[in-house]
Amino acid sequence: MSELTTDREIDRSKMQISDEVAIEISKMNKWYGTFHVLRDIDLTVYRGERIVIAGPSGSGKSTLIRCINRLEEHQAGSIVVDGTELSSDLKNIDKIRSEVGMCFQHFNLFPHLTILENCTLAPIWVRKVPKKEAEATAMHFLEKVKIPDQAHKYPGMLSGGQQQRVAIARSLCMKPRIMLFDEPTSALDPEMIKEVLDTMIELAEEGMTMLCVTHEMGFARQVANRVIFMDQGQIVEQNEPEEFFNNPQSPRTKLFLSQILGH
Amino acid sequence: MSGVHAHTVAYVRDTMLDQKEPPSTSVGAIGWARQNLFSGWFNTILTIIVLGLVAFVLGNILPWIFSPTWNAASLSECREILAAAGSVSDHGTSGACWGVINERWVQLLFGFYPSHLYWRPILALVLLCVALAPILFASSVPAKLIYFSALYPFIFPWLLWGGTVWGPLAALAGVVIGYVVYSVLSERVNALLGLIVGVAAALIWWFVLSGYVVDGLSSILPIGLETVESRNFGGFMLSITIGVVAIACSLPLGIVLALGRQSDLMIVKYLCVGFIEFIRGVPLITLLFVASTLLNIFMPPGTNFDIILRVMIMATLFSSAYMAEVIRGGLAALPKGQYEGADSLGLDYWQAQRLVIMPQALKISIPGIVSTFIGMFKDTTLVSIIGLLDPLGLSNAIRADANWNGIVWELYGFIALLFFVICFAMSRYSMYLERRLRTDRR
Repeated sequence: MSELTTDREIDRSKMQISDEVAIEISKMNKWYGTFHVLRDIDLTVYRGERIVIAGPSGSGKSTLIRCINRLEEHQAGSIVVDGTELSSDLKNIDKIRSEVGMCFQHFNLFPHLTILENCTLAPIWVRKVPKKEAEATAMHFLEKVKIPDQAHKYPGMLSGGQQQRVAIARSLCMKPRIMLFDEPTSALDPEMIKEVLDTMIELAEEGMTMLCVTHEMGFARQVANRVIFMDQGQIVEQNEPEEFFNNPQSPRTKLFLSQILGH
Repeated sequence: MSGVHAHTVAYVRDTMLDQKEPPSTSVGAIGWARQNLFSGWFNTILTIIVLGLVAFVLGNILPWIFSPTWNAASLSECREILAAAGSVSDHGTSGACWGVINERWVQLLFGFYPSHLYWRPILALVLLCVALAPILFASSVPAKLIYFSALYPFIFPWLLWGGTVWGPLAALAGVVIGYVVYSVLSERVNALLGLIVGVAAALIWWFVLSGYVVDGLSSILPIGLETVESRNFGGFMLSITIGVVAIACSLPLGIVLALGRQSDLMIVKYLCVGFIEFIRGVPLITLLFVASTLLNIFMPPGTNFDIILRVMIMATLFSSAYMAEVIRGGLAALPKGQYEGADSLGLDYWQAQRLVIMPQALKISIPGIVSTFIGMFKDTTLVSIIGLLDPLGLSNAIRADANWNGIVWELYGFIALLFFVICFAMSRYSMYLERRLRTDRR
């Protein structure tokens, strides 16, 4: 897992982190029933940051990013996305969801719609973009993820890697300012992981604010500007990737890294 | 592997194998018969026994069916014809007496509907097919036709029952009024309030105001069709009328109930659960008796609430409860990721339901939905018990005629055939639809 994700030189010219805060999470707590999944999470994400969240399974990393677009509800503390605080106000939630793109482990494409329809659905119905324009945008992003020729097929006809790239394109069609990735490569065959990671790297090169839950440590090393390690619902350690991998501080982090990089 | 390599593991293929034709015994008619009929000694014996049974049954039934009694005017005349033709067995003459169908098929189709007005139910049926086309075969019919489908619910009762033309127009006006109120309010205030006030406005129009307007207009401009009373309705026309209304109304109602049952809103949820469980726990016959007798007790005296309308409402409620459970099954089969995918794109609840969840849930539920439709259509024969003259009710009336007293098989056979044709068509349509919507296959 420690080997390089991409063999090409990453273009870092547009990877700039501004002082503008994109996401501000403070003292956020979440319970599933009586189980305390997330405990006192404090996290500030600046625009243009590429954050990789790592940790053992059950550590709450997926729950954390799912809280950011309110797929999960937090019970205490606050989450402010793009200046809007997440509350039970439905208008706020829909607004934030259309600003924040998300890719899932299992893609969650809509199997009854073609690739193109998957990509134009939300722009047409949420953003009220005219159909022609939405289709042009969709084709633009499908070209970007290198599958414009599949536009009229259905998701079931595509490979896992292609489906995940469509899912990324579908999110991009909403022109999000933040992208969340929830283990985007975990359900893929090894051959297909690279094509998805390449797409994500291109996105990073364009300066997209990204939060990725992933086990791809090569990707973390090359692309992330910050790696967050979570365990038992808490942020245990965060650092620049170089320091994080070469000089981990917490014994939990050391153990985790030795387990996942050891073989 | 050849002997030389028997103990070595390393192996490199140097030429790739081409595709070959399958052996001739596994393709074509012979291959099919071998695989499906004679695949072993046991299956061969079974095949022969079953073929023999089929031949035996057909050999006995076909002569009965092909009996030359089409023009007989009574059961006794049938017997004479059969005796003359030599079709006599130990129990008397053997052979069907088709004269009854020849004489009464029109009645079995239309009941006691005035014969000079038969064009109206026929036209209603033809227009029904036109109105269904854009719904059933959306891809091969001009999309504009859907506007006609939307108007059809107002044309259909007017054609069947007749009366002033202002009745259906006033009903249509109620929809327009409701929609206008809804769109004004939902823009100015909010969507939910708009919906509630819009529905209320439409209801007030329909039940309070429209009566005066219709009376006024029809006294000024008396345009309309000759009125036909509900008690003259009967036969297949009645079955189809009740069936189509129950089917068309129970699907949307079932969707709403299924969604209500999954709702986070406590009161909505338990209202839906209570309704579904109550209706499913009560036999349809009971509901029909309530419709035919008890309902009148609760109505203010003097109200004339049409019996067929009451039956339609009960049948609709009955099948919508089943529909709700079938659709809930479809909803439960959808992975949670579909909801999350829709949510993450910013679709609101109704958009997600309409664009993402329902198309898939309904597709999964097609077999169950169509089963419920078929069951509903066949259940319309139960109305004969509360005195409506559906085909079964008519068959009793026909047997009461001295000429046809004693006829059983021919009438029931004919009725069964007509029901079978319609139900089989529905079943085939559902299979066609499943095939057409199968997009998740490679």
